[in-house]
Amino acid sequence: MSIPIWLIVLIKAIVVLAVVITTFAYSMLFERKVMGWMQLRPGPNRVGPWGLMQPAADAVKMIFKEDLTPDTADPLIYRLAPFISLLCAMGAFAIIPFSANADGTLWAVGNVNAGILFVFALTSIGVYGISLAGWASGSKFPLLGSVRSTAQMISYELSMSMSVIGVLILTGSTALADIVNAQQRVWFIIPQIIGFVIYVITAVAETNRAPFDLVEAETELVGGFHTEYSGLRFGLFFIAEYLNMITVSCLATLLFLGGWNSPIPWLPSTGVMGLVWFLIKAGLFLFFYIWLRSTLPRFRYDRLMDFGWKVLFPVATLNLVITAVVVALMPSHA
Amino acid sequence: MRKNLYNVGALFRGFSTTFSYIFKKKPTVEYPSVKKQHAPRFHGLHELRRYDDGKERCIGCELCAIACPANAITVIGAENAPEDRRSPGERYAASYEIDELRCIFCGLCEEACPTDAIVLTPRFEMADYRRGAFVYAKDRLLVPTEAGVGTAPDERPNGIPSDLGGVARAKDTVDITAGYEATNRGHILKKQRRGLAG
Repeated sequence: MSIPIWLIVLIKAIVVLAVVITTFAYSMLFERKVMGWMQLRPGPNRVGPWGLMQPAADAVKMIFKEDLTPDTADPLIYRLAPFISLLCAMGAFAIIPFSANADGTLWAVGNVNAGILFVFALTSIGVYGISLAGWASGSKFPLLGSVRSTAQMISYELSMSMSVIGVLILTGSTALADIVNAQQRVWFIIPQIIGFVIYVITAVAETNRAPFDLVEAETELVGGFHTEYSGLRFGLFFIAEYLNMITVSCLATLLFLGGWNSPIPWLPSTGVMGLVWFLIKAGLFLFFYIWLRSTLPRFRYDRLMDFGWKVLFPVATLNLVITAVVVALMPSHA
Repeated sequence: MRKNLYNVGALFRGFSTTFSYIFKKKPTVEYPSVKKQHAPRFHGLHELRRYDDGKERCIGCELCAIACPANAITVIGAENAPEDRRSPGERYAASYEIDELRCIFCGLCEEACPTDAIVLTPRFEMADYRRGAFVYAKDRLLVPTEAGVGTAPDERPNGIPSDLGGVARAKDTVDITAGYEATNRGHILKKQRRGLAG
């Protein structure tokens, strides 16, 4: 008796989800620790050794806090919004391959031909979570946050897509596995260094992280779109934000840093070793995120827009055009 | 263009600063498990001292209550009964109360006291859930007989220092003697006035 395909997919999905949620919990602790060290503090260390039980304590706190809905809020959309954010953030992991066996079998829940498009589509829908949350909260700061989020997402998503298209041109495929396999000899960070820099900047903006966290902006907007949220619903937004961080880190790894390809030529890059390489690269990218947050102050909103439209977008377009021309002139490359 | 290049340099300096801070020693004192050493003249919870024979030093003169800028001290004096003398003098404090929530821990009561009866100890962990618990009466202020006679601040570490020059130094160090020198000035002046200090 063979195992039905849906059961395999279900098991895979559950495993990936469990791993991803654990990663979220500890990336949060990791962030608080690293930020603490960078600010000459020890970071959380009261719950368990080195604060390792902190995520559990946080989860318990979130669950037992009161779940408030403001009188002026639109109850249905207000309650729905966190789930939109979270589902979109989680959905992306359905197609991210973490490693591959020597025979080409991917370590992923599903292998979608239009993988990269799928991820971008999902993250774009994720913006709805934030926008609707701010809109449905029925008070001013969340509304301002959601308006900002919409504008910021549109401005930066464009440059982000542009930067990724360079990679797609080099590969000639939108499947993430093909993109990684095309980087076996040279990672795309070398030919696409401009694309990579743009991707990193826009990825930070896409996930609403400092220095582009104008959507939350504690100092100006109290908490932006999630000002009114409390308890578990706030927790869901929190999870979504971190999952998005992990997603863009994984994508950066897949698109530019060679995915599970080994950085050292004589070491294997398949199976478990591939997973190790993948995690190291994505982990470094996550670290960079935290490093960025504790180093740079928040952008002013008009500068954010200026930077997005007047610098990133033209440079990304230029990069795309140059890549396309070079690939067209060297047919052997494609 | 040149300004932009400068900005890029500033960016790298910023990143290298935050990165190097990861490995720096953290100045955090993990308070409940680790306690920082206070300056010896730290102004904390009050204490009513005794003489070596166990008699109370307080003579119920109310000078501390008069000196108190926060009106935190209430003293009710009484005559000593000849058969049961509480203090060596004629009078003693029948009731001595300090409201530690009103107290600003300035130490003027200590300065005012002619018998060095009321002193400020370095004890500071007085937290409680009830406001009433912060009114300390004699039962908690007076040194219990089995605990000795209590120590005056200038007796605490190692006698009265003659050098008062360490004030500025003491501000940013936890060096115990420097802190002592810095904060003990009032007491030394008082002793000098009375012709006790050398």
